[in-house]
Amino acid sequence: MEKVFMKGCEAIAEAAIRAGCRFFAGYPITPQNEIPEYFSRRMPQPDVRGVYLQGESETASAAMLFGAGATGTRSMTSSSSCGISLMSEAIGWMAGSCLPVVICNVVRGGPGIGSIQPAQQDYFQATKASGNGGFRMLVLAPSTVQEAVDMTYRAFDLAQKYMYPVYILCDGFTGAMMEPVVLPEMMSDEAIAAEKKKNESWAVTGRKGAAKGKRIHCGTRHGIPSTLEEKNIADWKMYEQWKIDEVEYECYKTEDAELIITAYGVSARISRSAVDILRNEGYKVGLIRPIKVHPFPEIAYEQLDYDKLRGILCAEMSIPPQFAYDVEAVVRKRTPIATCLRSGGEIIERSAIIDAAKRLYGDK
Amino acid sequence: MENTILIGGIGGQGVMVFGQLLCYTAVETTDKYVTYFPSYGMEKRGGTSNCYVTISDDPVGAPKAEKASYVVVLADPAMDKFQNTLLPGGTMFVDSSVCTKKTHRTDVDVVEVPAGEIARELGDARVANLCMIGAFIGYTQVLPPEKVLATAFKKVGSKRPELNALNEAAFYRGLEIGTAARGRKKDAN
Repeated sequence: MEKVFMKGCEAIAEAAIRAGCRFFAGYPITPQNEIPEYFSRRMPQPDVRGVYLQGESETASAAMLFGAGATGTRSMTSSSSCGISLMSEAIGWMAGSCLPVVICNVVRGGPGIGSIQPAQQDYFQATKASGNGGFRMLVLAPSTVQEAVDMTYRAFDLAQKYMYPVYILCDGFTGAMMEPVVLPEMMSDEAIAAEKKKNESWAVTGRKGAAKGKRIHCGTRHGIPSTLEEKNIADWKMYEQWKIDEVEYECYKTEDAELIITAYGVSARISRSAVDILRNEGYKVGLIRPIKVHPFPEIAYEQLDYDKLRGILCAEMSIPPQFAYDVEAVVRKRTPIATCLRSGGEIIERSAIIDAAKRLYGDK
Repeated sequence: MENTILIGGIGGQGVMVFGQLLCYTAVETTDKYVTYFPSYGMEKRGGTSNCYVTISDDPVGAPKAEKASYVVVLADPAMDKFQNTLLPGGTMFVDSSVCTKKTHRTDVDVVEVPAGEIARELGDARVANLCMIGAFIGYTQVLPPEKVLATAFKKVGSKRPELNALNEAAFYRGLEIGTAARGRKKDAN
């Protein structure tokens, strides 16, 4: 397969198009600008013939995604951090309406307007509270540009499978960097039409040609209070099922490890090379990397041999830490936990991870 | 073997283009792992701008290298910010017609290229970047010069075809300077 050298954001957009995404609405914000820019060029082309819309705001763009998602068309939006916050109302509505859409957050520093530089400070927002009402989403966290491509491609199938929004949590580093990637195959027009047909039973079709045409798709599909609880319960059951079917993580050199470094996204990529360096120096170190950060891969930490462990080091680009809280919750004080953190747009250094790991490792 | 290259300058000088031309050429002509990471402020022009390029035999763990084998300095702020990033024994490339500052480092090689001057002499200040790239390639020989130039024609030439001839001339002037500096270093060793 031919490798092309692409920026993370552009690769995400191309992967979405190849996965059959034919509607994108968004609003400019660094560091995700290359996603809408790429869609704006690519959507009108003859092999795509999709719709690109720049909304007047993030709020409007997310509402447009709600509308497009309600027609059963494979649809997507993207933004960065504070832009995603503006979208949270519509994201909640889409979860409430069970729409199979894809949302990508290319994370920058925060809180508020923060910085335009890369960060991992939206972990809680992505995994626990992307809007009101306690809904959760599958949250995929790429750590290389290739993984961003593969995850985006898969996200549309996952959204369709569960009839629910899927969230791509991509740090600004992976979005901004360039790397060679192999792109997936372009979904054929026939395959895209077949996917859309699966949504016929619920998708809005307008009035055209049918007196009973579905015109309204607003609020929950079970819009009366007595069945809203039923919907909440059904969603909850789905989240619980995800813990069985959708957990995804990677263990790297963990078999004989006495110290575990754990991280996701770009921090995991950097941590992995820290593991290699530490191993060369004789330290028995391994890496646990959640590939999806929700559902959280508790099993990866449960299966560790705590009698053997000197500790777990959480590396993330967020101060205060967020991901580390999920690790703490599953480790339950069975081994010391330390953190290696940067924030506000500063990139985590491999040397700092190595130093922190050595401190936690103690005397060899 | 991992070559890490840090290019620092001011928005509008072609910092990103410098890094991208190296990357595109490396991806097309070698089997190496290549990463590129840009870093810039809010400004389109005038703010500090830099990028990190890694060309490696192994997968790249940290695309924003903490220490670089080569540092390209296109403006004074980049000298201040990045001279200490250079590994001992590494090489610094300086556009000496723009930079007024000299490095305090004594454990590195410095290749001074009057790229701005050469570009003006050739008739267009905008081709200074290709002159610096030429010098970098001539000295490091990390990539075949004709391939780098071909990438430049493809990527830069598609937007500014009228500059192709001047860019080519600037590239070869830089290549000469870089190659000569490499020769001097060899003789000294």
